[in-house]
Amino acid sequence: MKLLTDLEAIKTLTQARLDNRKVTGALPEAITFRSVMVCGGTGCTSSDSSQIIDKLNQEIAARGIQVQVEVVRTGCFGLCELGPVVIVYPEGIFYSRVEVQDIPKLVEAHLLQGKPYEKKIYEKTRQDNGHILNFEETEFYKKQVRIALHNCGVIDPENIDEYIGSDGYQALGKVLKTMSRQEVIETVKQSGLRGRGGGGFNTGLKWEFAAKQDKAQKYVICNADEGDPGAFMDRSILEGNPHSVIEAMAIAGYAIGADQGFIYVRAEYPIAVQRFMKALEQAREYGLLGSDILGTGFSFSIEVRLGAGAFVCGEETALIHSIEGHRGMPTPKPPFPAVEGLWGQPTIINNVETLANVAQIIMHGAAWYAGFGTEKSKGTKVFALGGKVVNTGLVEVPMGITLREVIFEIGGGIPGGKKFKAVQTGGPSGGCLTEEHLDCTIDFDTLTSLGSMMGSGGMIVMDEDTCMVDVARFYLDFTRDESCGKCTLCRIGTKRLLELLDKITEGKGTMEDLEKLESLSNQIRNASLCALGQTAPNPVLSTLKYFREEYLAHVVDHKCPAGVCKSLIAYQIDEELCRGCSLCAKKCPVDAITGELKEPFVIDTAVCIKCGVCFDVCKFKAVAIV
Amino acid sequence: METHQAGSCGSTAEADEKLMKVQSAISQFRMVKGALIPVLHEIQDIYGYLPEPVLEVVSAELGLTMSEIYGVASFYHFFSLTPKGEHVVHLCMGTACYIKGAQGILDRLSTELHVPVQGTTEDNKFTLEATRCLGACGLAPVMTIGEKVHGRLVPGNIPKILKEYK
Repeated sequence: MKLLTDLEAIKTLTQARLDNRKVTGALPEAITFRSVMVCGGTGCTSSDSSQIIDKLNQEIAARGIQVQVEVVRTGCFGLCELGPVVIVYPEGIFYSRVEVQDIPKLVEAHLLQGKPYEKKIYEKTRQDNGHILNFEETEFYKKQVRIALHNCGVIDPENIDEYIGSDGYQALGKVLKTMSRQEVIETVKQSGLRGRGGGGFNTGLKWEFAAKQDKAQKYVICNADEGDPGAFMDRSILEGNPHSVIEAMAIAGYAIGADQGFIYVRAEYPIAVQRFMKALEQAREYGLLGSDILGTGFSFSIEVRLGAGAFVCGEETALIHSIEGHRGMPTPKPPFPAVEGLWGQPTIINNVETLANVAQIIMHGAAWYAGFGTEKSKGTKVFALGGKVVNTGLVEVPMGITLREVIFEIGGGIPGGKKFKAVQTGGPSGGCLTEEHLDCTIDFDTLTSLGSMMGSGGMIVMDEDTCMVDVARFYLDFTRDESCGKCTLCRIGTKRLLELLDKITEGKGTMEDLEKLESLSNQIRNASLCALGQTAPNPVLSTLKYFREEYLAHVVDHKCPAGVCKSLIAYQIDEELCRGCSLCAKKCPVDAITGELKEPFVIDTAVCIKCGVCFDVCKFKAVAIV
Repeated sequence: METHQAGSCGSTAEADEKLMKVQSAISQFRMVKGALIPVLHEIQDIYGYLPEPVLEVVSAELGLTMSEIYGVASFYHFFSLTPKGEHVVHLCMGTACYIKGAQGILDRLSTELHVPVQGTTEDNKFTLEATRCLGACGLAPVMTIGEKVHGRLVPGNIPKILKEYK
């Protein structure tokens, strides 16, 4: 078992190593040690970052410079678009889209000769005067404040000593040694932290409800199921800083008087599961979980439960039933889980991102945290920025920042010179916002008042090539499929909504259908037990409100202005532009294209299945959507 | 055919070994409250799906009715009651991928493999699945075949990628 003094000793030992991972601005000849950080998040791992690490170690060993260089596999840096990402300290040089074959040259140039390897330097860090910015000075990073993502990209998530080296488990020590349960709850309450999983409920208040229950057995649950398609912050936190979640769960356990925690994590996230399990094992080994933690007499343990792919399990009562071994179906509240939760005992459920803030709040104080954000939405929020935006990835920004700042400054705007059309926040429960909302601030209440919501933090950018009716249909297809089936209007209503949207995207919709969409949406919203049903119509209502003309184009003119809805488009070859190369005909899976070489080819629309292959392969832009 | 091999009456050494793993998973979780879902995860890990005869073993060992077990197994997307092909193609249908044209990729996969979504090819080589979100939005549209990730796809990539697995 470790004591606080042991943590101090580990911290002192490790800190020197972590200090090397800072941009010092030192001249290359003055550098004696370099840290090469390789992103080990899911995005980068998917594009071979493991092989890059192996190759780096090989090359470094071959040159005998192991003593001068460390290679660290970290969590996600955020800029997933550019993966695999490698950062070299102390210069803070950011390399993007690194490939295994780049490594020998990178090692030779940068690590041996101290000259950055030009070919893979992230272009946005290059200045006209030849100066190379360190990554923190780029547009993507400079407006970010990383609190929940603290440590992601900085430490090796599989090494508990590195977590301790960056103040890890100090908050737990502080809480257990110097604070009463009520003081912990007060601190969290004062910080203004609200649930980041979507609900936005005051976290400290939730803890207080559970703490007040006079029961011997209570539980802490971490919701790491992340069912929102297009959000991956919880996954990245588990992959990049798993101990922060463990530490916070133990703090929550102390605050409410629980000795048992559960983490409910998606089985579809294998790297996150594996890293979290490893972190648990290390924490147990150090006595930071188990009985008599840090010699204080407090005991807490954590069990892992794998989710099995049900979006509705994001709802607290449904999640509880799933841990109990049943179908994840919600039940009415009250009783709230804080009063009667898992196996009938007081239970708090917090999302991963919410918990990732807790140790930071304890260490730096409630006022520090409340210093970020707006009056009613304190702190920062992590967004998974995706879709038609240049810099897709994870960004953490103070609440109150505008959509424009996130999409156009941090996100770098819309690629390919296209026009911004909409941004969808809050996933299937949220809504689409338009250009006129770009200067609105991002916080829980503003987004809700505009008909969207914060949700878990998915932020999907759409350009002129996106059909808003089709997007609404996409979300309805999702919620219809994910409805647990308990409430009639959620089960059948979402199906009917989807049918109406299908009809419209097929060009068979009527004006009456638009009215039906609205009235049915309101009924589903009012007659569903849980948030899944209550929010399912949001994508429909918000697109109807802000993009009505697009619905009208489908219904009245039988046209899909964005050229997406298959029934309303056709492919045609422009005779003038076609060079008769026959590539389209060769690639057409149904032989719908015929013609003579060097003569214009023709598409038989009766045979065409509108797969778009001809459009994709044509080198002369001769295929058009009409 | 497959179900029998995988089931409790299987006679091959491999089938016995698998069943032993199931028994050990059941004894590991027997005392755990809410054991059913963890046990189903283990079984799917061992067989790639949930074979009926094995679920009968679970029913007897954990004292749960088959209807309870089916109720749970069919509720969650992650569990499958039918065998999968040798290569499972998971195409991400998260919002970021969808906006970037995942539907076109899915249609192309379906055309090339001659199977509908959630279908398995006749030769049992491929199963085509649309998944919720792989959490790799930077690579959108993205799919996995087995462990391997293929990102930034356009429909034209599909035939060549599939050829690697044929």
